Amino acid sequence: MATTRAPLRRFADYAVLSVLAFIFVLPVLYLLLGSLKPSDQVLNGLSGFLPTHLSFDNYTHVLDALNSDSTGYFWRFMGVSLLVAFVVVTGGLFVNSMAAYGMSRLKWRGRGALFTLVLLLMLVPFESVAVPLFYMFNDQRNTIYIQAIPFIANAFSVYQFHTFFRTIPPSIEEAARLDGAGPWRTFFAIIVPMSKPVFASVAILTFLTQWGSFLWPVLMVSDPAARPLPLEMSVFQGQQPPDWGQILAFGVLLVLPVLVVFAFFQRWFVQGVASSAVKG
Amino acid sequence: MTSAQPARPARSKPRNRDWLHGLLMSTPAVAGLIAFVGIPFGYAVVLSFYNVRLGSPLAPSFFGVEQYRRLFTDPDLSGPFLRALLNNLTFAVVVVPLQTGLALALAILLNRKLKAIGLFRSLFFMPVVFPMTLVAVIWRLILARSDQGLLNSALHAVSFGNWGAFDWLGDAATAMASIIVLSVWQGVGFQMVILLAGLQQIPGELYEAAELDRASRWQQFRHVTLPGIRGTLVFVAMLTSVLAFRVFDQVYVLVHGGGLDEDATRTVMYQAVTTAFDQNNIGQASAITVVFFLIVVALTLIQRRVVRPDNED
Repeated sequence: MATTRAPLRRFADYAVLSVLAFIFVLPVLYLLLGSLKPSDQVLNGLSGFLPTHLSFDNYTHVLDALNSDSTGYFWRFMGVSLLVAFVVVTGGLFVNSMAAYGMSRLKWRGRGALFTLVLLLMLVPFESVAVPLFYMFNDQRNTIYIQAIPFIANAFSVYQFHTFFRTIPPSIEEAARLDGAGPWRTFFAIIVPMSKPVFASVAILTFLTQWGSFLWPVLMVSDPAARPLPLEMSVFQGQQPPDWGQILAFGVLLVLPVLVVFAFFQRWFVQGVASSAVKG
Repeated sequence: MTSAQPARPARSKPRNRDWLHGLLMSTPAVAGLIAFVGIPFGYAVVLSFYNVRLGSPLAPSFFGVEQYRRLFTDPDLSGPFLRALLNNLTFAVVVVPLQTGLALALAILLNRKLKAIGLFRSLFFMPVVFPMTLVAVIWRLILARSDQGLLNSALHAVSFGNWGAFDWLGDAATAMASIIVLSVWQGVGFQMVILLAGLQQIPGELYEAAELDRASRWQQFRHVTLPGIRGTLVFVAMLTSVLAFRVFDQVYVLVHGGGLDEDATRTVMYQAVTTAFDQNNIGQASAITVVFFLIVVALTLIQRRVVRPDNED
């Protein structure tokens, strides 16, 4: 569409975009600058924004010095979050892709009914099963595995894999069969390696959702030893009096892993979001 | 069992066992979904007909539709619950058009072949990866009630001192607006990307033809862009309304630490969680989540109905 575009028009585009982007990024800048400031300088009117008195003291405090009952060790919360996200993402990729393959590429009676069941369960938002799940697993509270296991099987992931696998030409499997490969080998040795984009986008979306997960930990975790980062973030920011510099440093550390993943896999990230919707 | 075809035994044998492999492959995921979605959901319906209290020595007793009756008619309970429903509705009614419109404007602005356009797209998408618990904290500072809060001091400077401290989160009149602003900030990039993908599927020739016909920018938007992304736009609006109905994290975090006006911002999920968690009333909370589910399903079904005909073009 952009065949001939006057320089003036292009300049105007950049100007509008830059102003909007600046307003949009302000809260992030505020977070970054605040995390580098002494706490009494953060909530300090407009000067809370000026890059003066910068130091990494808040970060060293959050990472090393925090050791009271209410806050605990930062690395422990990070460890819980990473472990839960790792189990949910890798377990989910394995289990959901396999199910989608079984339902989309193997011909057997009942596969349609099973897939319909998955689609129906996709309608149920987690929020509406949170309370009964909380009641069912009340005696498992504060364990790490109860934070991960319920989220491994994911109807939406099955659906995403299913959509992708359906586009693979059948000749690929016929060739594999002629070579004597059974369904399992065909899946793991041929289909999985050629489906990297869908694996990447499902992994990224799952990781993003899991990393920010809050409702379930609020219900299930009271013991600081089993707290994931977002829950600790909310506990930490509620302390009195709040230590704003450290709270913001905590926040930066909370979002850093996702930002790193985002920066590296940006293209897939955006593709994953876009394709999950356009095909919906 | 084995369809005896002696000519090609190697090919027909594995084919007959597809049902076994298919079932084996599907089992882990389907079992997980039944265990952690299907059964709990059925359980929610059952629990909503009982009087169940967490940590109570009394055994659960059958309650019939009492929980539902109370939710809608008992003044003590229905007051907060209906308020929560109303808050959800307010949130959705404002957020859906606001966020969709903003996302569309951004998507159109970003659908250009400019240098560094990818950087701009990333900047607008970035808040999407921020956990809501963190977003709530950042905005708690920006909207802080003291005259040292960022927004207040900016307004103070702009108005030459006529505007002083205002309690954005704590004042019932602005609490919901504050939640809306921070939610839109975090979520708009998600919708923007979906719309951008939709825009890029519109063939460029349509714009070239429109330009030859000397169509103005506005006419191009009306007659090429909008029809071209109608399906995507409807999808985004419906998706936003379902997501908007599920709002919880930001309200919970800010109520429990930021002096947020609870009454003006309590949502249905917030109500369910506090009922289950603070009042230990599982039966009541289950009834709330069943009502919540019915509303979300209604929204989702409308979405499928509206979107499907367009997908089949």
